[in-house]
Amino acid sequence: MEVTSITNGIIIDHVPAGTALTVLQYLHIDPATAKLALIMNADSNRYGCKDIIKIEDEQDVDLDVLGFVARQATVDIVRGGRIVAKHQPNLPDHLVNVITCVNPRCVTTTEPGISQRFHLAHSERHEYRCDYCDEEAKL
Amino acid sequence: MKVATLTQAKGEPLSEQQQHERFSEPVENGTSPAASTDQSLSGRSVVTLDDLTTAQIQDLLLKASYIDTHRKEVAHTCDGRILATLFYEPSTRTRLSFETAMLRLGGNVIGFAGAQLSSVSKGESIGDTLKTVSNYVDAVAIRHPKEGAALVASQAASVPVINAGDGGHMHPTQTLADLATLKSRFGRITDLTVGLCGDLTFGRTVHSLIETLCRFGNVHFVLVSPDELKTPQYVLDRIDETPSCSYEEVKDLVSVIADLDVLYMTRVQKERFFNEDDYLRLRDTYILDAEKLKLSKPSMAVLHPLPRVNEIAVDVDADPRAAYFEQVRNGMLMRMALESTLVGDTLPGYEDWSNKEVAA
Ligand SMILES: [Zn+2]
Repeated sequence: MEVTSITNGIIIDHVPAGTALTVLQYLHIDPATAKLALIMNADSNRYGCKDIIKIEDEQDVDLDVLGFVARQATVDIVRGGRIVAKHQPNLPDHLVNVITCVNPRCVTTTEPGISQRFHLAHSERHEYRCDYCDEEAKL
Repeated sequence: MKVATLTQAKGEPLSEQQQHERFSEPVENGTSPAASTDQSLSGRSVVTLDDLTTAQIQDLLLKASYIDTHRKEVAHTCDGRILATLFYEPSTRTRLSFETAMLRLGGNVIGFAGAQLSSVSKGESIGDTLKTVSNYVDAVAIRHPKEGAALVASQAASVPVINAGDGGHMHPTQTLADLATLKSRFGRITDLTVGLCGDLTFGRTVHSLIETLCRFGNVHFVLVSPDELKTPQYVLDRIDETPSCSYEEVKDLVSVIADLDVLYMTRVQKERFFNEDDYLRLRDTYILDAEKLKLSKPSMAVLHPLPRVNEIAVDVDADPRAAYFEQVRNGMLMRMALESTLVGDTLPGYEDWSNKEVAA
């Protein structure tokens, strides 16, 4: 299904169905200002249902952050209307200031000036935990 | 296309030292001699037991046993040293243990606890307090109600920091005391059937002991609890991931007590239950008394992190199987071993003695 084509930019494909807006939020891409096409709950051969994000004029996407929020996503780089490169997101060992610890007993809720740090605790389960209190990361 | 390995979206970049402290994996090495483990721990902090290799834990256990039998020889090991005990919540027994340990090594202690806190560091961040106190002392033991507080402290301090309990998170020296008690009773911390009884859901000491014993291997765990207080899945996964370890979950202590080498008792707290009836019904099932103890092996050791409420009847105390007050002594000995090691002071006579021990 071809809703919008882009000329120069990126396509983030195979985003888990229904999560495109969350993905944009973590990538710090503002839907109010970015030239953006979202296709949500599209049929997918691979996963049954998926979201697709197309961003015109955008070159930069943090593959670490993408790896955390949408592990199975793929990134296509589009130049002159053609896909010139494909990238897979990373499964980063560490995430710094990407997510906030939700544990109310965590020291990050009270100590000023420290960053939010998570580490990959279990790579098969894609499980990230807070460096300080070991609470599991939640989107 | 940004492909950073360590994303730093905002805030200051990590110093190399911070990255090293948190992210470097301790090298598992069962054969390194005492001297080299000594060297590598000097100046380091112990926030969780993952900061120690199994070889370093073994060396600390050996040191504790040396200290116990050579009290005079080690009495001046830390002459001129000062330990700060920064207790942001009261825990008198833990603080006394840390302080006695340093005093028995010839050092001194300063610090604050609970009520004195407001006048010492009113509204100051943990980081600033540690940067200040680092100028005064050679090592810090910190207890704080927030989870992760000891890691924050260790990153800010320029001297070794020992976690004396950070909320419900970690309490590594309690587990060291537990291991030292197994070691002194059995001469080993492997090839044991270890029963854990009571609240296995919320008891951090239980989880930490299981995880640490799994690093050494060859332990069969018998997990005795009501359905409401079973062991969390991630702890069971840890056992499953250890080929030489296994577990069984049961509800009734009496049915398994005869198989156990170790019985680790915990408190069953009233507030964990939805209603009073459930609590009263279950409470008595998880009380150890002289009658139940009769069914166990004569060599079984009963441990408890203390303080107890009623889960071990007083009539058990006089039984040779009761090891929970020994556990308190072992806690102090392990803290002596740890404090002297982290500040880099050698226990006089230890190296010769340990070479003979290891050879024997
Ligand atoms: Zn946290």
